[in-house]
Amino acid sequence: MLESYVPIFVMIAGGVIFGVVMVKLNEWFGPHRPNDEKLSTYESGMEPIRSARERFSVKFYMVAMLFILFDIEVVFLYPWAVSFKQLGLGGFVTMAVFIFVLFLGYFYVWRKGALEWD
Amino acid sequence: MGITFSDITSSAPLVSLVLFSFLTLIVESWGKDKPVLSYWVSLLGVGVSLALSFGHLGAGIPVFGGMLLQGGFAGYCNLIFLSSAFLTILLSRGYLERMECHRGEFYILILFSTVGMMLMAGALNLITVFLGIELMSVSLYVLAGFMRKKVRSNESALKYFLLGAFATGFLLYGIALIYGTSGTTDLVAISKLFPQLSHNPIFLVGCGLLVVAFSFKIAAVPFHMWAPDVYEGAPTTVSGFMSTGAKAAAFATFLLVFVRVFDIAGTSLSQVIAVIAAASMIVGNVTAVAQTNVKRMLAYSSIAHAGYMLSGIAAANVEGETGILFYLLAYTFVNVGAFGIVSIMERQDDKKLNFEDYEGLSARRPALAVLMTIFMFSLAGIPPFAGFFGKYYVFLAAVKANLTWLAILGVLTSLISVYYYLRLVVLMYFREGDADLDHSVPRRSMIALAIAAISIVVLGLYPSLIVDLTRSFFKI
Repeated sequence: MLESYVPIFVMIAGGVIFGVVMVKLNEWFGPHRPNDEKLSTYESGMEPIRSARERFSVKFYMVAMLFILFDIEVVFLYPWAVSFKQLGLGGFVTMAVFIFVLFLGYFYVWRKGALEWD
Repeated sequence: MGITFSDITSSAPLVSLVLFSFLTLIVESWGKDKPVLSYWVSLLGVGVSLALSFGHLGAGIPVFGGMLLQGGFAGYCNLIFLSSAFLTILLSRGYLERMECHRGEFYILILFSTVGMMLMAGALNLITVFLGIELMSVSLYVLAGFMRKKVRSNESALKYFLLGAFATGFLLYGIALIYGTSGTTDLVAISKLFPQLSHNPIFLVGCGLLVVAFSFKIAAVPFHMWAPDVYEGAPTTVSGFMSTGAKAAAFATFLLVFVRVFDIAGTSLSQVIAVIAAASMIVGNVTAVAQTNVKRMLAYSSIAHAGYMLSGIAAANVEGETGILFYLLAYTFVNVGAFGIVSIMERQDDKKLNFEDYEGLSARRPALAVLMTIFMFSLAGIPPFAGFFGKYYVFLAAVKANLTWLAILGVLTSLISVYYYLRLVVLMYFREGDADLDHSVPRRSMIALAIAAISIVVLGLYPSLIVDLTRSFFKI
C-alpha cells in the first residue's frame, strides 16, 4: 500500500531540492548591491512596521469571503472538465445541478446588495 | 454508481426539503424585506417534507450508491427533525417580530440545518456523517448569532462556533484513524470488519474521538461547557431548536455508528459511554437546581436528558434503541414547547427570563401556565406524559444490559430534577405575583404549543404507537 505513495514522496523531494537549488544559485551567481529599501521586509509596498490597530471597513471582509466561497466552488469545475468525456451525460447533469446551486448563492448575494461597494 | 431515478423518489422527503430551501432562498432574494413570504414558503416546505416522511417509514434502503439510508430508521428520525423545525418556525415568527429582527434568512437557515440533520440520520458513510454535521452546525452558528445587535447573541454564536470547530477537528481525526485502520469510510463495510478491528488500539482511539465529537453535539458532560452560554444567548426559539433537532440528529448518528454499525454491547466503549451518561445526569441535574434563569435551567436540564438518553446507547440493545427513539420524539415536543413559552414570556433585552418573572402567571394567563405545567411534568418524567415512558424505556434497557447502577443513578438524579421543574409550576400557581404579558400571543404560536402538548399526552397514553414502529426498524 505504501508503494503507491512513492510518486508523492518523489514530488515532495523534487520540490524541496528545486527550491533550495534555486535560492542557492541566486545567492552564488547574482549581483549583490544592497540598499535600505531592498533590505527591508517586503510588505506589498506598505510600511512594514507601523501600528496594527487600524480599522478596516467590513466591506473588505465581505469581498474576501465572497471571493473565497466562489473561488473554492469553481475549483470543482476543473476535475470535471478534465474528465468530461468519461463522465458523460451523468456528469454533465450533476455539474449543471452544482452550478445551479452556485448560481442561487450568487443570486442571493447580488439581490441582497453584497456586491455593491457603496 | 451514478444517480438513478429511484434514488430520488426514495429520498423524497430530503429532496423536497432541499428544493424548498432553494425556493425560500429565491423568494427571499426576490422580494426584498418581505420575510413573511419566506415564512410561508419554509412552513410549506417542512409540511410537504413531513407529509412525505410518513410514507417513508417502511424498510430502510441504501440510496445514492450506498452513501445514504432512506426510510425506516432515517424516516422516523426525519419525523423528529421536521416536527422540531415546523414548531420552531411557527413559534419564531411572533418572537422575531417582537425582538425586531424578523428576517427571511432565519427560515432559510432553519431549512438548511434540517437538511443537515436528515443527512446525519441517514448516513451510511462517515463522509456523509461529516457533511451532515457541518451543514447542520454551520447553519446553527449563524442562527445562534441571529440577533446581531445583541452582545449576548454574538457571544453565543462565537462560543458555539469556536468550540464546534474544535469538535469537528475531533470528528475528522477520528474518521481519519478509522479509515486508516479499516481502509474504508463505508459504515456497512466497517461493521463487517468490526470484530477484528475492535482490538486494534488505533481504531479504538478513532472511535474515542468520534465519541468526543458526538458528545459535544449532544452536550454531554464533560463536553457540555458551551451549552448553557449558547442556549442563553441564542434567540430562545433557536435554543429550542438546537436542544431538540440538533440533539436528536447527533443522537441518531451516535446510535447509527455506535450501536447499529459498531456493536459496542459489553465492550470498553460501552463502559466509557456509561460513565459519560452518569456524569451528564449528575452535573446537569445538580447544576440546574442552582439556576435563576429559566433558559439556563433548561440548558442544564437538556444536559441531564442527554445523560438519560446516553444510558440507552451504553446499553446498546434493542430496548435502548427503541427507548432513545421514543425519548427523542417526546423530548422534541416537550422542549420546543418549553422554550416556546419562554420565548413568549421574554421581552426585549433579555428581560423576564428569570424564575420570579413567572410568579402568579396562572391568574392572568391560565392557558400558558397549563401548557408550561404539562411540559415541566413531562420533563420531570411524571406519568402519564411522554417523558415518563422515555425514561422508563432507557432505564429498562440499562438494567437489561447489566448496567443497573446507571439506571439507579438515573432515577435518583431524576428525583433531583423534579425539584427545579416543579419549582416553576409552584411559582406559577401558588405565588402571588404580577407575571403577565404586554402583548397578545399570536394564534400560530398557541397552535404550535397546543400541537406539542397534545403530542406529549398522546405519546404518553399510547407509547406503543411509536415503540412498535421503532422496534420494526431493528428486525434485520
